[in-house]
Amino acid sequence: MAEIRVQHLRKAFGDFVAVQDSNFVVEDGEFFVMLGPSGCGKTTTLRMIAGLELPTGGQILLGGDDVTMLRARERDIAFVFQLFALYPHMNVRKNIGFPLLAQGMPSAEIRTRVEETAKLLRIDHLLDKSVSGLAGGDRQRVALGRAIVRRPKCFLMDEPLGTLDTEFRDLMVHELRELHNRIRATTVYVTHDQMEAMSMADKIAVMNHGVIEQFGTPREIYDRPATMFVADFIGSPPMNFLKFGGGLAKGAKEIVVQGARVAVPEVREDIAPADMALGIRPEHIRFDDASKLRGAIYGTEYLGTTQIVAVETADGIIKARVPAEIRLNAGDHVGLALNGARLSLFEKGSGRAVRTAIHDMASERRVRHG
Amino acid sequence: MSLTTAHSVVAPSANSKRIAGAIIIAYALISIVPLLWIFATSFKTPPDSIAYPPKVVFQPSIEGYCNLFTTRTRQTPEYINSLGPATGFCDETVRKRNMVIAGPSNFLPRFVNSLVIAFGSTFCAVFLGTLSAYGFSRFKVPLADDLLFFILSTRFMPPIAVAIPIYLMYRELGLSDTALGMILLYTAVNVSLAVWLLKGFIDEIPREYEEAAMIDGYTRLQAFWRTVLPQATTGIAATAIFCLIFAWNEYAFAALLTSGTAQTAPPFIPTIIGEGGQDWPAVAAGTTIFLVPILVFTILLRKQLLRGITFGAVRK
Repeated sequence: MAEIRVQHLRKAFGDFVAVQDSNFVVEDGEFFVMLGPSGCGKTTTLRMIAGLELPTGGQILLGGDDVTMLRARERDIAFVFQLFALYPHMNVRKNIGFPLLAQGMPSAEIRTRVEETAKLLRIDHLLDKSVSGLAGGDRQRVALGRAIVRRPKCFLMDEPLGTLDTEFRDLMVHELRELHNRIRATTVYVTHDQMEAMSMADKIAVMNHGVIEQFGTPREIYDRPATMFVADFIGSPPMNFLKFGGGLAKGAKEIVVQGARVAVPEVREDIAPADMALGIRPEHIRFDDASKLRGAIYGTEYLGTTQIVAVETADGIIKARVPAEIRLNAGDHVGLALNGARLSLFEKGSGRAVRTAIHDMASERRVRHG
Repeated sequence: MSLTTAHSVVAPSANSKRIAGAIIIAYALISIVPLLWIFATSFKTPPDSIAYPPKVVFQPSIEGYCNLFTTRTRQTPEYINSLGPATGFCDETVRKRNMVIAGPSNFLPRFVNSLVIAFGSTFCAVFLGTLSAYGFSRFKVPLADDLLFFILSTRFMPPIAVAIPIYLMYRELGLSDTALGMILLYTAVNVSLAVWLLKGFIDEIPREYEEAAMIDGYTRLQAFWRTVLPQATTGIAATAIFCLIFAWNEYAFAALLTSGTAQTAPPFIPTIIGEGGQDWPAVAAGTTIFLVPILVFTILLRKQLLRGITFGAVRK
């Protein structure tokens, strides 16, 4: 296993820049997820790490070695494709053993290794079946088997759960993470599904238009989104935005939104007057008639333990996640109380998050825990 | 729920199935009549073959086959009587017509020529076609569209339109009346078909297969050989049949460019007529034998052919 270091990676297809100057480090044994909407450059980045595309610029280091321009087969990596790419003319055993055959391994050893791998994935009873008859989950396991059988430096996975049923997907998410915990293989996993990313990743890079918008743990990305894009992309429903104007001074603890004073985490930088946005996660909204920030109930989605309430305010619809017991009727006027400690502030023009106490809290905590 | 009562919008009704079946049977019968006639004629005696009204029921004879494989000379009855006993059925039949077998005819070598040239050119066309189709399918070939159009354009005119220049070129190059020349020619004609057909098939094979193999430690050529080729067998079989049918049946070039050692069966068979009257049973026998290889090949590959003709329209 090895660390993956990506430096100033860039890929252009003619005039179209798929990846602009990506930098990140996947540490040894880490489960790293690249998350973003389709066309954001995440798959291109993965294919460059794999050696299926050559970068226009930048460097890829695998376990300290520069592999930027090496052929795929010289990199000692494994790749799981979205469509699994199981060879239909081979049975399960041959599919899993295929990479070992390339290494010229003696057939007795291939047999042992394939059987060990199959046991690990609980597909040893399928070894002599044809792959075309397998169910989606088993195909997935065979594809994983083909990847882990050769004990490569790292695993690269391109939306491997994309074609599975929702029900199965949850199961496989669990299985993949469990497998990772057991074999601790450096993994780069590409998906557009935030649930997969949040539940499996040690680290996430959120990409958009070829740019890594944020790189961090799932918690950092959810609690302290670096940009409005990340805030909007992660979370279901996504973060609400309320616009407000004027600059911010270092040390400010309050802003005015729609005529209401709202407590915010202490601002840690000076911002010149500009269009700003206040970001509020739905679960950080309470109904409080004392609040000056008001709106009318527009509709509710009942989810069992909670409900999502859409409230029409002067600045558009805001979604709040509140306990399911609260009885609400469309048209009711409610006051909205916001959890001042958990709000985010953004510069609307650049989408960049304003540095506030929540960012420092995070670094303080990290320091304390060493 | 029963299928007879349920009315499906997409499935054909029983009636239309019956009509379709009847049409197909009628068409098949009409199509098979000439083949049956050839087959029957090959087993008639020369007088039976030209009898009027045509004989449907007749005494079968292999005289046609005897005549096909031999050359004969006419002799006086006295001379024939002076010979020893006939050595076989053919000998006996021939003597009844006041002839003796002079030696083997050219049919067998011509038939072998046909086999060599048709299968040889099919192999070359499919081999080259598979490689170039793979190239066009997977790589960014500069001017790929124009090149593909150029390849297709070689099919725009009937091949025979270039017969004269090719005849002159072949004479200069010493390729006239050689198997190599014919293989080259048929390969050139077929390769455009092969490239286009196979490109379609290879386009259908997801490139993830090769990518997976290349990541797993194989070179591109190995990946092509081990993952693409096995999945392209349907297309390759279909293409091979089309190429083979063309090369096997081709008459015009063969008549023009081959006359002796490399002559193929199609231009040879009609020449049988001239030897000692209109020997229709011998011609029919030649035609019958000529039909066999293509029939066998098609039957062997019919599954692939059928799937091939649908051009990957049915996908899992």
